[in-house]
Order: sequence, then structure tokens, then C-alpha cells
Amino acid sequence: MKDKNAKRYGMVIDLDKCTGCGSCMVGCYSENNVPFKADETNKLDSINWIRVYKITNNKTYPNTEVCYLPMPCMQCDGAHEGHSPCVSVCPAVATDYDYDTGIVSQIYTRCFGCRYCMAACPYHARKFNWWDPVWPADMEKYLSPNVSPRMRGVVEKCSFCFHRYQLARDKAYLEKREELEENEYQTACAEACPTGAITFGDLNNKHHAVYKLKNSPRAFRLLERLNTNPKVYYLTSKSWVRKAGDNYLAHEEPTKIKNNIKEHH
Amino acid sequence: MSTDQNQTVSTEAATDPVNHEPETNDSPPSKSSGWAVFLFFMIGFVGSILSGWILFPELLYSKKDQPIDFNHAVHLDVVSDDCESCHYFRDDGSFAGMPDLSSCIDCHEEAQTDDPEEIKFVDEYVTPDIEVPWLNHSKQPDCVFFSHSAHVIGADMSCESCHGDIGTSEHTRVYEENRLTGYSRDIWGYSISRLGKPEAGEPKPMKMNDCAKCHKEETGHKGACFQCHK
Repeated sequence: MKDKNAKRYGMVIDLDKCTGCGSCMVGCYSENNVPFKADETNKLDSINWIRVYKITNNKTYPNTEVCYLPMPCMQCDGAHEGHSPCVSVCPAVATDYDYDTGIVSQIYTRCFGCRYCMAACPYHARKFNWWDPVWPADMEKYLSPNVSPRMRGVVEKCSFCFHRYQLARDKAYLEKREELEENEYQTACAEACPTGAITFGDLNNKHHAVYKLKNSPRAFRLLERLNTNPKVYYLTSKSWVRKAGDNYLAHEEPTKIKNNIKEHH
Repeated sequence: MSTDQNQTVSTEAATDPVNHEPETNDSPPSKSSGWAVFLFFMIGFVGSILSGWILFPELLYSKKDQPIDFNHAVHLDVVSDDCESCHYFRDDGSFAGMPDLSSCIDCHEEAQTDDPEEIKFVDEYVTPDIEVPWLNHSKQPDCVFFSHSAHVIGADMSCESCHGDIGTSEHTRVYEENRLTGYSRDIWGYSISRLGKPEAGEPKPMKMNDCAKCHKEETGHKGACFQCHK
């Protein structure tokens, strides 16, 4: 199924640049018709495709440091490509791995809500719809027709704005082009970020910014030792942030550990 | 205690000759009953097949006429760019689908013929500037993404290969809507059993399996879910 022109879309998030403003979340909510409730105080109930977490170094003033960590779906390759944790457990084939783009799908009409995928996902990227979405006033008229709204009882997650890929491909077909330009397909969160902390593109394409960034000495991935092979990379210059990215023991130093994890190309 | 009572009852029944009386009253089986059973079975069997194949589709689909009896053949003769003259691609690669009034108004600001359908179109829609509520035979569910440019431009397919020979039709077809799902009958296909193939010039069924089958034949695999779902 995989052809040689296959893309491997991924994201690099520079945590040194992220201010925690939440623009990426707002952009994502409006782009992808993500439902919300009047009262969102219980964050365990919240549905979001990208979520900004706040982490600290657990030190007292004046040594306290804070880092904001935006987490979309990591679009894991798995130990071998296509073996994402969620895809391998879904009994309904409601989520699958697209070998052409490397993006993990979620088909709401196919999902029956068993939530195995949520249990399998180590990143809390997947959210369950406990209620039917209710849009305030006439906000329903502002929903995007390119993303189908979800009903009660199904799981949803970040799609790397796959509909934007589809629309960009439509234009490319009309202009008889095979390849998309880097700026033709960008996710809503990457475009919304005011500090340019989020970079999006094809990890296999030398001409895309992410290609270079992912090889930066500042780059790391979350829970890398689980072998999930995520396509979301983070950049940080702070060692405590990097250490928070996996379950390291007190004496372990992340940069010195040879992870023995191969990346697919 | 209860076992004792049951034993007493059964002994009484066994010794009582009156209780055996009804069994001897059974009439002997008639000679023709085998044929009668077969006949009634066949009536029921054929009846259920007929009701499933003829009555059920009649009940399942409601029938509606298009607001205007549109003549494709007349239009195809006068336009320069075949189907794409009205059903065109926008610059961003999306497909316009059914034309809106602004496409029609260039020619039909006033009725050009005595055709009652054209006069109706001008009087009821063009003059008061109301969009025609066309009924779309090919409308897919909201969760489906279909790219016309990928098929028509990318794969060089003709319109007829899915929509049938609609360009030469002189009258609109009756729109049949599934009362349960609300979708057009074209999606399921006209054969209720989905056996056999539609004849040349007829629209093809457009269920997911139909897409997957063609994708498998043409590209070697059915494709990932996101290719057609959103």
C-alpha cells in the first residue's frame, strides 16, 4: 500500500517559543467543530484535539520555571509503520493508518464507543463524547462543512486538519500538479500560533522546515521509549523539560541515553 | 409433602379412563394435506419474496418531482464546454455541482420559448430571485468527502461513468428518497437486492462498497478511511 511518494506529515513544536496563550486550541476548536459545554470547569470532561498543558520544574521561588506543552495527536507510526497503539486495538476499524500521509484517521460513523483506543493511547490524545454537542445560539451556522460533527458515544481526536490536505489536493489536481507546496497544507493550530512555535510539514521532505528542525539537538519526542514513534517533535533548551517528556529515573540523563529507537523514512 | 401430592394426582390420572378419551377423538390425516401444506408454504414464500422485492421498495421510497422539468439535451446542444459549462470547477479545485441562478440568468432573464416549464422557471425563480431547490440524486452523507477533481481531472474519468447518460435526457427523473435514511435511491442503486450491474447509461450505485470496489480495481487498494471520510 505504501508508495515511494508517500508523505510523512509531522509537527515540530518549539517549547522555548510557546507562551501558553492557547491560540492553537481556539484555532482548532473553530476549525474542527470541536464541541464544548457551558461549564468547562471539569477538565476531565473537556474535549480538545490540541491541549496546552502546563508543567513546572517543581522548585520553589525564585527557581520556579514553567513550560507550556501543547499536545495534539502524535500520529504515532508505532514499532513498525501503521502499528499505532490506537489502530492496533480498534475492534471496529474506525481508526486506521494512512500510509500515503502517515496520518491516523478517526471515522465517527464507524466508531461504536468502546474506548479501547483511549486506553491504548499513552498521550491522552483521544476524547470521548459523553453528550451530543450543543452549540450556543446560532453558532451552528458557523460550523465548518469540511469536518463532520460528532455525535454522542464516539471517540474523536486530532486529524492534522486532514480536510485541509484534501482541499489542497483538489487545487493541485485542477492545476495538474502531483506535489503540494509546504504552505498549501498547514494545520489550523500552526497557522494560529502567534509566536511561530508550531511548524508543520512533511518530515520526509528535505525542503520542508520540519525536516531540519526534527534533527536539532534540542529535539525530543514524548514517551519515546515506548516505541510509539510519534510524528510530533518538541524543541527545548531546558533539561528539566526534556526530562519531563518521559519516565526517566532520577539518575538518568535524557540526552545521554541512546534510545535505540529507529525512525521510519 | 409436595412430592406425595404429585404422586397421588398422577396415579389418579392413570387409573381414570375418562382422561384418555380426547386422544381417540383425533380425525385421521386427510390424503391431500401434504399438497395443502406445500401450497400454503409456496403462497407464503412467493408472497414474502414479492413483498420484499416489489412492495417494500414502494413503501421505502417516497417519490418527488424536480421543481422544474429540466431538459439536459436542449442545453447540451447550445453550450460550448459540455457538462463543465454549468457543472464547473472553481479556481480552488472544488466542484460547483448544481449551478445557481447566476449561471442561468445570462440566457434566461426572460423566457426564450413557449415551453411552460421555462416560463414557470422564469416566473417563479428568476424574476423573484429565488434559488431553485433542485433535488440532488447523488448527495452523499455528511461524513463523506468526495473529490470531483481527483476523479475527473486526476483519474480522467467521464461524468457518465458514475452519473449515467444524464446529459442526453429530455426530462428529469423522479427523485426517490429513502424514508428511513433520507438519502436518494441512487446511492443504494435501483436494484433492491444489489445484484447485477446497472445498464449502460444508467447511474452507478454510490455506496461505500461501490467506491471501494472501483478503488481496489483501479489503484490496487481500497484506500485509507480518510481518503473519503471526513
